[in-house]
Amino acid sequence: MSDTSAIDHRQEAGFGDYVQLLKPRVMSLVVFTAMVGLIVAPVAVHPFVAFTAILFIALGGGASGALNMWYDADIDRVMRRTQSRPIPAGRVSEGEALGLGLALSVLSCLMLGLAANWFAGAFLAFTIFFYVVVYTMWLKRSTPQNIVIGGAAGAFPPMIGWAVATGGVAPESLLMFALIFMWTPPHFWALALFMKDDYSKAGVPMLTVTHGRPATRRHILVYTLLLAPFALALSLTSIGGPVTLVAALVLNALFIRGAVRIARRTEAAAEADGYKAEKVFFRFSLAYLFLHFGALLVEASLAPFGFGGW
Amino acid sequence: MAIRPEHEIHNRRFGRNLGLGLVLAAFVALVFGLTVVKISHLEEGKLPETEASQ
Repeated sequence: MSDTSAIDHRQEAGFGDYVQLLKPRVMSLVVFTAMVGLIVAPVAVHPFVAFTAILFIALGGGASGALNMWYDADIDRVMRRTQSRPIPAGRVSEGEALGLGLALSVLSCLMLGLAANWFAGAFLAFTIFFYVVVYTMWLKRSTPQNIVIGGAAGAFPPMIGWAVATGGVAPESLLMFALIFMWTPPHFWALALFMKDDYSKAGVPMLTVTHGRPATRRHILVYTLLLAPFALALSLTSIGGPVTLVAALVLNALFIRGAVRIARRTEAAAEADGYKAEKVFFRFSLAYLFLHFGALLVEASLAPFGFGGW
Repeated sequence: MAIRPEHEIHNRRFGRNLGLGLVLAAFVALVFGLTVVKISHLEEGKLPETEASQ
């Protein structure tokens, strides 16, 4: 009996642990933005091919999530928020996460190439490479601008969706990229202001730690101001229209108002009301992105009835 | 510890195997569906000459 009890079976992974490795919450954003990119593109795609393509884009995103969890296991073990992830909790070994991530990366890129076109497949491969090697392995631990770089990886999915339909890149798809790219820093830095994770202990140079919290507040405002022209430009392209323009005007006005509020607050004032303005801003940032892409979707779905678009 | 035919770990392993099985079945269905779509599109476009002449 002593031989068998040496193996702790309580630590064995269930199916859900492997699903958790793929970061399903990040995947949902990837699915939504890739889907919009695909639908608004000027070339029609067979519904089943579109479904398959989005599924494998999501799987590619999941694969990079697993590779990220493999490489960042040392950080995840230190930080309170991530200690219950499958690897730090000891349910999945690091090798398993690496194997799953690599296998799913290859599978998703090949299947996207076969289902849609090889440009889209190669683009997905580049996105995984960018997120895992450029962001996770290289820049995340070396620069406080890590969030900005990481945002690029999250901004590629609508471009991949567009590439599935058209086989290339266009100003419209670049502007969809720019929208998510510029949106990511204010979104994450607002979170960093009120989450107060132990980044310094984990050795991750977060802006809140390296440059201080007042500097982070100013950074949020600057990026929010830089974001607005891209959002407005997107609404003036061929995939935009009156609905998108109104959405862009309203959403950016509200977003900038929130950022100004954050920039003007002192840390003491934020402590006093439990980071209320920061939390409101963070929640609104999610709605901001969802409604922006939703407006593009509305534009595309009105087109068959003679409405929508310019 | 009493020996029971169904230890909790067996349930967990069954769940894992079932999950993998369903994923693989879905993958097979996906590739099959994709094949059907691709082939039917080929027929709509340009038929090979031998078949078109029949």
